[in-house]
Amino acid sequence: MAVPLFSRPIRFVRRGEVVSVSNVPPSRTLLELLREDLACTGTKEGCGEGDCGACTVVLGEASGGRVQYRAINSCIRLAHSIDGMALWTVEDIAQEGSLHPAQQAMVNEHGSQCGFCTPGFVMSLFGMYQNHVCKGEPITRELAQEELSGNLCRCTGYRPILDAAQAMAALPPMKVDETALLHKLRSVRSEPGVSQAEYLAPRTLAGLLQARAAHPEAQLVAGCTDVGLWVTKMHKEFTQVLDLTQAEELRRVEPYPHHIAIGAAVTLADAYAALVKDRPQLHNFAARFAGLPVRNSGTLGGNVANGSPIGDSMPLLIALNANVVLMSVRGHREMPLERLYTGYRTNVMAADEVLAWIKVPRPQPRETMKVYKISKRYDDDISAVCLAIHLQIDNNTVVKASLGAGGVAATPVRAVKTEAALVGQPWTQATVRHAMAALRAEFSPISDMRASAAYRSEVLGNLLQRYWLESQGLQQINLASFRLEEAA
Amino acid sequence: MNAAKDISVSRDAVADPEVRTANTRADSLPPADPAEKQSLARQPAATRAAGRSTPHESARAQVAGAATYVDDIPELRGTLHAAPILSTVAHGRLLGVDTTAAMALPGVRDVILARDIPGDPVLGNFSHDEPVFARDTVQHIGQVIGVVVADTVMQARRAARKVVCRIEPLPALLKVQDALKAESYVLPPVFVKRGDATAALKKAAHRLHGTLEVGGQEHFYLEGQVAYVVPQEQQQWLVYSSTQHPGEIQHWVSHALGIANHAVRVECRRMGGGFGGKETQSGQMAVWAAIAAHKLHCPVKLRLDRDDDFMVTGKRHPFAYEYDVGFDDSGRLTGLKLSMAVNCGFSADLSGPVADRAVFHADNAYFLEDVEIASYRCKTNTQSNTAFRGFGGPQGMIVIEAIMGDIARSLGLDALDVRRRNLYGIGERDVTHYQMKVEDNILEPLLAKLEQSSHYRQRREAIATWNARSEVIKRGLALTPVKFGISFTATLFNQAGALVHVYTDGSVQVNHGGTEMGQGLNTKVAQIVADELGVPLAQVLATASDTSKIPNASATAASAGTDLNARAAQYAARNVRDNLAQFVAGLDRCGAGAVQFEAGEVLTPAGARPFTEVVKLAYANRIQLWSDGFYRTPKIHYDKATLTGRPFYYFAYGAACTEVAIDTLTGESRVLKVDILHDVGTSINPAIDIGQIEGGFIQGMGWLTTEQLVWNDKGLLATHAPSTYKIPATGDVPEHFKVDFWPEPNREDNVFGSKAVGEPPLMLAISVYEALRDAVAFARPGRAVVLEAPATPEHVLRALTPS
Repeated sequence: MAVPLFSRPIRFVRRGEVVSVSNVPPSRTLLELLREDLACTGTKEGCGEGDCGACTVVLGEASGGRVQYRAINSCIRLAHSIDGMALWTVEDIAQEGSLHPAQQAMVNEHGSQCGFCTPGFVMSLFGMYQNHVCKGEPITRELAQEELSGNLCRCTGYRPILDAAQAMAALPPMKVDETALLHKLRSVRSEPGVSQAEYLAPRTLAGLLQARAAHPEAQLVAGCTDVGLWVTKMHKEFTQVLDLTQAEELRRVEPYPHHIAIGAAVTLADAYAALVKDRPQLHNFAARFAGLPVRNSGTLGGNVANGSPIGDSMPLLIALNANVVLMSVRGHREMPLERLYTGYRTNVMAADEVLAWIKVPRPQPRETMKVYKISKRYDDDISAVCLAIHLQIDNNTVVKASLGAGGVAATPVRAVKTEAALVGQPWTQATVRHAMAALRAEFSPISDMRASAAYRSEVLGNLLQRYWLESQGLQQINLASFRLEEAA
Repeated sequence: MNAAKDISVSRDAVADPEVRTANTRADSLPPADPAEKQSLARQPAATRAAGRSTPHESARAQVAGAATYVDDIPELRGTLHAAPILSTVAHGRLLGVDTTAAMALPGVRDVILARDIPGDPVLGNFSHDEPVFARDTVQHIGQVIGVVVADTVMQARRAARKVVCRIEPLPALLKVQDALKAESYVLPPVFVKRGDATAALKKAAHRLHGTLEVGGQEHFYLEGQVAYVVPQEQQQWLVYSSTQHPGEIQHWVSHALGIANHAVRVECRRMGGGFGGKETQSGQMAVWAAIAAHKLHCPVKLRLDRDDDFMVTGKRHPFAYEYDVGFDDSGRLTGLKLSMAVNCGFSADLSGPVADRAVFHADNAYFLEDVEIASYRCKTNTQSNTAFRGFGGPQGMIVIEAIMGDIARSLGLDALDVRRRNLYGIGERDVTHYQMKVEDNILEPLLAKLEQSSHYRQRREAIATWNARSEVIKRGLALTPVKFGISFTATLFNQAGALVHVYTDGSVQVNHGGTEMGQGLNTKVAQIVADELGVPLAQVLATASDTSKIPNASATAASAGTDLNARAAQYAARNVRDNLAQFVAGLDRCGAGAVQFEAGEVLTPAGARPFTEVVKLAYANRIQLWSDGFYRTPKIHYDKATLTGRPFYYFAYGAACTEVAIDTLTGESRVLKVDILHDVGTSINPAIDIGQIEGGFIQGMGWLTTEQLVWNDKGLLATHAPSTYKIPATGDVPEHFKVDFWPEPNREDNVFGSKAVGEPPLMLAISVYEALRDAVAFARPGRAVVLEAPATPEHVLRALTPS
């Protein structure tokens, strides 16, 4: 492969040292860089699509004078994207012959059998260690389940691994020297790449928009949790990549009185944390969105711009009446999120435009908002059906209704007819029955490997019934929050 | 509550400070003098390796990323990479292959097709019915037509999709029912009968007819299939393979290359999971890479992309059943006619023995008096289904358990009562339908104990009360037994060899014909060898499986890995020990029988010597310090024509009590609570056995709940990656997940008094399926429950829908 003149080395901090790798093609994944270029084979490839977690590594970035740790899937992460960051693999965390608590706990609790998923689990545990144990936060069984749901093990049945997660804190501590690391991170954070480079990662929004205008043919990426699969599974090679995640302005969640603005470079993990802060009932849904390594890499903006009809964020955001802001050197425009889409994975964005912000209204008094996800597996699965319902009921009358649905059409959609069937009606079972029929009639889902069309239609209506029952105060009717009451 | 508290057995052994101290002491015992020897002899258990929850021998390496798998082996200079060319048609005539576009891509070296096979173009497997590369016809989507060889993996994979195969489609059989109708078989049907089922059914007080469909299962070993073939001098070959059966790889590779077995050496240090999926299916990778390496004269690695792995390799056999069962008022079976249509895929592979084992296990724990079983080994245009943990056992058991549930519901009886009334007896009703007497039956006391410890009766009542008040969610409960026959049903495979080497520094190396896939075989073997020689466990090293060390080894399968290989290793160690004992007896003028090996010491009535010193002395006196060991399972025999005899050395037993909840609006379900009582005999390593039980249960739960394989109407497997094929994740494991051991050694003479544990626990998960059906029944009282497995939300909702 021809090496362009202006290719810049990737520089990152590993084991306290700056690693510099030159002539890395823009489509090369971090896992390829590790296993093939650096001959570090401790990190494994299990699936090549970010679903099994065997390739999990931890990235560190300076943030507010501290190091922010994120466990991510190296198999679908582009190697260039870690430029300027710190990297830990399973080979990097033991110190002076002693295993790290994340490793020692796995040994003590018999958490490895075949051992192939183990490096990934260890790195997810290392991330948890840095993010929770080092901050004095306890790791509960629930937290361990949530943060490890993106790592698959086929041998153990997980119990010993969950035990290991909870046992780490009791082992002799092992610390990252953050002062030294921050110093190194500052030194490695080099100047932005020149414009002819194959991998562009502008540091400012203005730089991003200029680059987008200058290189409309470049592959735009954010966290790459979908585009990464184009590389590993569709064997695509990009001649040029434009990475928006380094644009400082877009890395923020900005609070305003009536809405929050989520920048396109904000990870799914951080974006959902912001959404959950406003609406705590979304916690469960947020935790079921892929696995943590995907949420730590992928962005909400990417999920929205990608526009998959089975992406889970969009039904929620549609129901919340979110807007998107598209920007280019020509200016910006704002529109309701559902108007972004024109068909299956097509949208209104011009070649020089970037999805920059997602604006989500704050909660209204008396609003009730629920989102339901139906999938074969509870965690880290793609919805067969997703339904977000956002109603405002005054004096037992539906004043406002906003419903978003996924898995029922070629794009994420607003259930306009169902909304019409609800607004102005008394909030009764009869109204709900009527709306259920409207909802089922409104869409013609397809049959695929996730579910049949008939099932999708049936359940879509039933989820509205669930919402009704919950609104009537019925408890224990959703397995997502079901708790077995132990006999005394 | 911490789930850890529920796991009594492993916890005690690991966390007990006394045990820990003892372990440390055993590792660092100073040379003992004769006075100290007495106290040691009185407490042998503290110095023993077996019976303890020592960590997996590779655990420390695995957690540090330092355990080597095939793809981690440093590549030799000049190594090329291969990627398969897949059929895109389920059945068709292969008219031609155009490689022009692929060859034009950068890095591509060659395209290897059937014409490049130096030896037999048909795989050297048992049934000899599978082409190495498709030649004139293709028989399923994903069948391999050839491989592209290139400088890098991605170049090879990219180019493989540019190879144009001209295929004229032919009618394809995609559903097992269609194959059955067409009498399309990979092997002839098998019928097993006892008594007169027709007459018994006629006079039965009650009768039920039913059908059941149970899906297959992808192994989803975390490490995909991989082989790395390195040419050696003088037409010899070194094959690194992730395989459960190095001997079979050796056989297939030499067969395809047209050379003798002795010219092929196969090595496997470890697999990243096997589960049966690397018993035969790993062979193709090695053969394809070897053919490429042969043609191009360089090392070739073939590592399948995960999606290709799904498309190419076989899975657990899906089954479709029809049954006609008669029973009395108490729910006891009085007659059974059962037909099993086995979806074998396009070739026989291991389908014969898998289907046989399903027939053998159609009784599970129950006495079937007048019974007639028909087993049809159907040929369809899909991947060739293969071994998967349980090997037909799960598919045999689930139907009889479903029948038990149906009988209980139809009579309004408790399902556990019906199950217990049908159990094998002791001294009566104790001969299986294949004429083997069940001699080690512990079913009744085992079920009684679990019934108590799980509070089954109280919970049944509580659940019924709760369900009556719960409109949307329904809970269900089931307690089901497992009786699983241990031994390869093909008697000849029940043999094993091992080598034990003692080096002059006293360190010990053990090698055996088994393979390590995570199940802890090497750990258990090392524990047994350490005790046989009386040395600390750390002094014993288990090394890679290697056909040049142990020839003709059987697959590590049928749960028999430890039974066979640990015994063979024990015998090998015993030979060395006997040599040393005789030598020391000569020195101390005592009988060799009086010499003891304990805690790193060799003890005679005259005194104690460190083992290491004895080894040095023995070497100086030209005593053999290494030996082989050989074991063959006693008592077993089996007539393949009539499917009768004693195919199993013994049975492993267990039972699970599982509680679930279903959502009647969506069909979603959750497993809420699991209590397991399982029989591993005397455990060689409780932590490892617990790991097998828990892991097996969760894997079985996946088979019956979330793991759905979906082929579209063209025969394309649409669930070919973890994004669409969902094995259980952390959130699927209930917090209450309690495992206890049955407190009794194996009644047959087996290594350390242990029992095999690899496969049996998977079938404990049938309790999940039965509990789900129980929950469905609560939602639809008085109606039959038809629930297709896996019980996806859609299948559960369908079972709830009035029809």
